[in-house]
Amino acid sequence: MDFKLTEQQEMIRDMVREFAEAEIKPLAKEVDEKHMFPVETVKKMQEMGLFGLAYPEEYGGSGAGQVAYMLAVEEIAKVCGTTSVILSASESLASWPIYKFGTEEQKQKWLVPQCKGEKLGAFALTEPAAGTDAAMQKSRAVLSEDGTYYTVNGSKIFITNAEYADYFIIFVMTNPELGTKGITAFVIDKDIEGLTISKPCNKMGICGSSTCELYFDNMKVPVENRLGAEGKGFGIAMMTLDGGRIGIAAQATGIALGAIEETVKYVNERVQFGKPLSKFQNTQFTLADMQTRADAAHLLMLRAAWAEEAGVPYTQFAARAKLFAAETASYVTNRAVQLFGGYGYTKDFPVERMMRDAKITEIYEGTSEVQRMVISGSVLAGKG
Amino acid sequence: MKILVFVKQVPDTDDVALDPKTGNLKREGVQSMLNPNDANAVECALQLKEKFGGTVCAISMGPPQASRTLKTVLGMGCDEAYLLSDRAFGGADTLATSYTLSKAAEKIGDYDLLLCGRLATDGDTAQTGPALAAWLGLPQITLASSLAVEDGWVICDRKLGDMRQRVKAKLPAVVTVTGDLNKPRYATAMGLMKAGKKPFFTWDAAAMEADTSKTGMPGSPSSTKGVFEPEKRTTDTKYLSGEMVDIVKELVDSLEAEHLL
Repeated sequence: MDFKLTEQQEMIRDMVREFAEAEIKPLAKEVDEKHMFPVETVKKMQEMGLFGLAYPEEYGGSGAGQVAYMLAVEEIAKVCGTTSVILSASESLASWPIYKFGTEEQKQKWLVPQCKGEKLGAFALTEPAAGTDAAMQKSRAVLSEDGTYYTVNGSKIFITNAEYADYFIIFVMTNPELGTKGITAFVIDKDIEGLTISKPCNKMGICGSSTCELYFDNMKVPVENRLGAEGKGFGIAMMTLDGGRIGIAAQATGIALGAIEETVKYVNERVQFGKPLSKFQNTQFTLADMQTRADAAHLLMLRAAWAEEAGVPYTQFAARAKLFAAETASYVTNRAVQLFGGYGYTKDFPVERMMRDAKITEIYEGTSEVQRMVISGSVLAGKG
Repeated sequence: MKILVFVKQVPDTDDVALDPKTGNLKREGVQSMLNPNDANAVECALQLKEKFGGTVCAISMGPPQASRTLKTVLGMGCDEAYLLSDRAFGGADTLATSYTLSKAAEKIGDYDLLLCGRLATDGDTAQTGPALAAWLGLPQITLASSLAVEDGWVICDRKLGDMRQRVKAKLPAVVTVTGDLNKPRYATAMGLMKAGKKPFFTWDAAAMEADTSKTGMPGSPSSTKGVFEPEKRTTDTKYLSGEMVDIVKELVDSLEAEHLL
């Protein structure tokens, strides 16, 4: 048993920490207030190779692995929830299914440029009437008579990175009678005819992440853009989300750790009743709980990342990490605002933003309720 | 073109505290970083390499953990790293440090340009670069805020307060650079993953044929007598209110009373 990171993992974490402090933190307030997608920051992250951390060199990555990648997401989330999810959505959700299920041609076309930082990806599963009940897909794809393309109609909602994505992974019903077994995955380029991207939704948190609706109007998708076989889309989506959840666990842990950093600074400076807040036992005990939970979330997240990297089944590890980290992020940021008092409720301090950003981690890529379904299913089956 | 760039691992600038009892720097739990001006020197070296081709060798004197700083600059794009590490180098002042660095430069040899940061944030002396030039008998330019290499010369702007001085020196030369020179790049993920495979040498005094009477404590004529935090000045804030004319009069009277006018 060894909890020590490798030297390379530490160096990548430190590099990202330095970058996040210098380049991302100063913009976080503006990104939030102006609902601004941080285009320049993303470009710098792409140049540094952050979008290819999890993938091997042969596909344009650096081969640093899942653990290093998750440490990067966590470091970025410490200072900006928006920027961290842009990375996670592209590198996990929009890349892993191509890496795992794509043809060599598809990998060269989308995965390699994503890893090299030349293309940004997005993942489109949720529909207005198909959220947690993802099987209720209304989008339809019909194969042409000559078998060369599918005609796709329908829509998607809450799609992260949408306005800035170069390609999308979409999930569409090819055979509605078969339910989940009738869902098929495709990769489409942003400039495909028949694709319309809405204005971003007006969200509570992660305000700069460009969350939009997609509309498919007689969109002709070539057969070679199909990802995996017909009817395999639901499985691909679920397996992709297993990995994506580790990214969200890392994001949530980062938000919690960032809020603790801000709180420690504040309680050491803020004086009430003649002494800094840090001298009051209420502050000390609250911070102890905040840190302990964040630490536990960090370890659960690392276990899941390690498992994926080591080829060990990670569905359960990922679900537990995501559930605990998300609820930790909400708890910790809520306590942070409480310790800040009235100032914590203002936009002059970052903890109110962190509290809003934290909430989404309990919702997207499988709500906390879905994680509990996944986990209890395993527990009740006697698998622990 | 072969460029030697000298780097130092220093405590994180934002995170420095003194032990109130001993006056020494508290190193426990303090993060280390690449000295900021040295990062400018590395960036400069890498840009020259991109323009002219060649090799960038990074050199650092320090304890074994300074290897982390060298690996970081390898991750930025340097080609080779040299860690000068020996108990005999401990406690060195700028004279002994620059001697040790000069021995490494001599052993590596064949250099065209030697780059240093203007100063290190821990010692704040700005002496090591100039002393290195002296040991090697090379021309030197300090405080460079721009740098160009043309026809065997290095041409720099020196930042001197609100004045700028343009000078040139025949290569090989030593140049110390300021933070105005450039914006250092970050290491890349790929660079850091490959850093471990680049040539990395650890040299002790014997490896460089260094005279140990000139290194470390024995080679250091200066020593630190004490380190202390300057007493914090207390300020007395006085708020003036009332009519403008009265405020101005009271202000002028107060300043005169303090002999400030």
